[in-house]
Amino acid sequence: MTEAAIRLNDVRKQFGNTEIIRGVTLDIVKGERHAIIGPNGAGKTTLFNLISGRFPITSGEISLNGQRIDALPPHLIKRRGLSRSFQITSIYPRLSTFENLRCALLWNQGYKYSFWHTLSRQKELNAAAEHLLEEINLTARRDVPAGLLAYAEQRALEIGMTVAGDATVILLDEPTAGMSHSETDYAVALIHRMTEGRTLLMVEHDMKVVFDLANTISVVVYGQVIASGKPTEIRANRAVQEAYLGALEA
Amino acid sequence: MSTTLRAGAMPAPRSSLVGPIFRIFLIFALCMALPWLFYNYTTGRHSGFMLTMFSQMGMMAIFALSYNMLMGQAGLLSFGHAVFFGLGGYFCIHLLTAAGGGSLPVPLEILPLIAGLCSMLVAIVFGYMATRQRATAFAMITMGIGELVATAAVMFHAFFGGEGGVSSDRMIDRSLFGLTYSQGVQVYYLIVAWSFISILAMLYLTTTPLGRMANACRDNYERAQFMGYDPKFVRFIQFALSGLFAGIAGGLSAITYEIVTFDSVSGALSANALLMVFIGGTNAFGGPILGAVLITLMQSGVSLISNSWLVYVGVLFIGMVTFAPAGLAGLIAMHSPLQQAGRLKPLIVPYIRIVVPGLVTLIGFVGVVELLSFKTIGAAQGKKLVLFGNPIDATTAQPWLIVTGMFLLGGLWLWREGRWFHTLWEAMMADLKPKKGAAQ
Amino acid sequence: MEIVIVSLLNGLVYGMLLFMLASGLTLIFSMMGVLNFAHASVWMLGAYFAYEVSRFIGFLPALIIAPLLCAAVGAAIEVWGLRRVHHNGHVAELLFTFGLVFIIQRSVQMIWGMLPMPYRVPAALDFPLFTIYGANFPAYRGFMLFISALMLLAIWLMLKKTRIGLIIQGALTHPNMVSSLGHNVPLVFTTVFAGGCGLAGLAGVIGGNYLVTESSMADAMGPIVFVVVVFGGLGSLGGCFIASILMGMIQTFAVVIDASIGDVLKPIGIALSSETLLGEILTVPMARIGPLLPYLLMVFILLFRPRGLMGTRDT
Repeated sequence: MTEAAIRLNDVRKQFGNTEIIRGVTLDIVKGERHAIIGPNGAGKTTLFNLISGRFPITSGEISLNGQRIDALPPHLIKRRGLSRSFQITSIYPRLSTFENLRCALLWNQGYKYSFWHTLSRQKELNAAAEHLLEEINLTARRDVPAGLLAYAEQRALEIGMTVAGDATVILLDEPTAGMSHSETDYAVALIHRMTEGRTLLMVEHDMKVVFDLANTISVVVYGQVIASGKPTEIRANRAVQEAYLGALEA
Repeated sequence: MSTTLRAGAMPAPRSSLVGPIFRIFLIFALCMALPWLFYNYTTGRHSGFMLTMFSQMGMMAIFALSYNMLMGQAGLLSFGHAVFFGLGGYFCIHLLTAAGGGSLPVPLEILPLIAGLCSMLVAIVFGYMATRQRATAFAMITMGIGELVATAAVMFHAFFGGEGGVSSDRMIDRSLFGLTYSQGVQVYYLIVAWSFISILAMLYLTTTPLGRMANACRDNYERAQFMGYDPKFVRFIQFALSGLFAGIAGGLSAITYEIVTFDSVSGALSANALLMVFIGGTNAFGGPILGAVLITLMQSGVSLISNSWLVYVGVLFIGMVTFAPAGLAGLIAMHSPLQQAGRLKPLIVPYIRIVVPGLVTLIGFVGVVELLSFKTIGAAQGKKLVLFGNPIDATTAQPWLIVTGMFLLGGLWLWREGRWFHTLWEAMMADLKPKKGAAQ
Repeated sequence: MEIVIVSLLNGLVYGMLLFMLASGLTLIFSMMGVLNFAHASVWMLGAYFAYEVSRFIGFLPALIIAPLLCAAVGAAIEVWGLRRVHHNGHVAELLFTFGLVFIIQRSVQMIWGMLPMPYRVPAALDFPLFTIYGANFPAYRGFMLFISALMLLAIWLMLKKTRIGLIIQGALTHPNMVSSLGHNVPLVFTTVFAGGCGLAGLAGVIGGNYLVTESSMADAMGPIVFVVVVFGGLGSLGGCFIASILMGMIQTFAVVIDASIGDVLKPIGIALSSETLLGEILTVPMARIGPLLPYLLMVFILLFRPRGLMGTRDT
């Protein structure tokens, strides 16, 4: 019971008259690396938006570490330890790479809305940001406005900003979308390293990445989870293959 | 914001505040000395006009910077910022009367701060309403509040004094330093002191978590939410603090002029804040100060010799929006990569080639504007037209031909030179880039 | 009773005038995402143009020529101004029109002077149309209503029946869709901007002699039109219509009510003095508080319904 980091119970979401999420019940166990796969338009990103509080749910329950979060705004969900990334890179384009990471750390380090601390004097905060910068291998681009970074660099920054702080649950939305092979390999290693000891939930299209990273996979088709299990089970599941491939071809 | 601040001293992030602070104290000293440049030693008097203008610049610098806390730093376009300036003024004038009457035992030097705090209370109420909205709705709600307060100021006599405003006497004989403030220069020093306190405080705010998150919410509202921050609350605090500084500026204006009228809460003043900040530049911290100085100069300087200053400001503003959206400070910052590469010298000749036709066009434009406005407004007031030191007869065709010709031909010339300059500039910038790449 | 009917009619006249301005502003905003600050300035230009044309040719030609001139001004602003700053984003476009306000106002002063223009109601329409309870209703106001109704019909037909109308309708609800449909967006932008300015010009022609043609008329009208557009809901023509009529009614009714909130409180034993600010607010008669009401309403509606009365999209 207490082992679920995220628990979805019959979650539904309607846009107008169209039901996009049609009753999803799913447990993400603590420490699990859980991938959600499925055809385009199956509702994977919508599911993320519901969990992270970007959209309100229509009915059902979502809890994080045993506490209901489905009525909370995004910033309160984040404060309870859930952090997410975006499929379409979402950074602060006019701030430097370093500032982007530092912003991501601020709340966690307890600065809140302080207007009395000087940022440049906060040793611990700056060290943490520099460390993160090294981890995502962007030290050379420290003072470049994030909007001017190359695409793969922005994706790395996006991941860095998401894992900054001590969120226990990390949601990554297609972290490797649009990357080349070598960039993808690098990103996978990065995600592996950065999410060590945390719960990871990700949406991914690249099956290689999924099998590299995930130890549990759920298949979402048409707003419902049609299968959930170990990668080997999913790979062998004929129903999944048919539904997934069928939907892909349709 | 931070990148422009640090641009000069990149390798040493720690000194990011030291440099500006040193520069600010240098400017402080200069400001203190400024009135003495216009001191008339034969009569032993300060130039009243200059003192008033410098005082106005100080107040406007605070006001513009407080506006930029919203516009540049938080990405909030307000059309009602004068509310906090004006209310600060009204509060201060009432406090002044109270202090003069003996019912308020507070020295005059502290009054602007109290007025600012009162303004902040108002900003907390209005900010709570306005910052719940984003973008256009925020702009419109601030405009609504601005018009509301401006209309109310004319309408009600109890607090605002109606159309006549509220006046008081600043010589209340209650000073921290034993000053009487009977002389303009003493008031000027008070303004300089408060300007520097306010400017330093606002500079400090840009280095705090709140200041940084205000930038973050400006850049990407949604992402800030997913970092644990409530963007509305960030903007709310930023708005309230901005009201504090606007109120201080308004309080200073009440002390300087000893009268506050509805002009100080009017939409025109809110518009002025926008003009100053945008023309000066929203991205660099000092940009709005530059804008405040320039606009005040135009307002008091140009309005002395011409009553068409609004056209000039309007054209300047539109020109900036079209060609230099980063403002004057942005234009200066554009040169920093060239300066670092030591390549400013080759620009001298091109600049002359730009400035000469520019001047011709400008003179032509000023001539057209002045002749036109003389014909319809000036002549009716029975004035004589004097352009560039020469008396001119606007009824003959000759001056019209000359200025129109200068304006059109100069404009054409400027356009050609401008295109040439643009390609040259692009080439120079492109020339810089590979070198940077090679260095890495 | 008679005062109610007369005020109702006057409110309708003023409301329709507001709508003529506000509808152009709404169309421009929904199509281009730009709040045109210079809209009231173009309205003022319309009045001045109409004055000049009617001086030489007559009022009826002015009714056509002045709006066309304003449309040309609008097209020029869009092609040589807004399009250049478009790549800097909506804020830059908004600021551009904001700067135009100063330039147009001062240019008008430079060309026509500071004094009000003797732009009068044409003699042919200067007679009382009918008399209610002893009060005359001028024929010109009837004419204004007629023109406004025609315009309303024209807009409606244009939106429902023409191709560009369909595109505009699409843009009202799905601002990002239109460009992806492959329509010649710059041309549509120019047309819409010019059309909106033409409407403002038409409002200037019939409003210039109803009100007073002077260089401060734009300053007085500008904020009210914004209130109407925001109150009705940005991008909603229906909301814009309701808000226009409502504001027209409020403005005319407030003038004739001589009571104050204090007067209502008096019978229940609360006596107020006008010495303090609060007391004064409560004892000032409605007639004087009238100019405040539109702004109060706007602030309130934005507080509780940020999208405005009938707005469909977040502002």
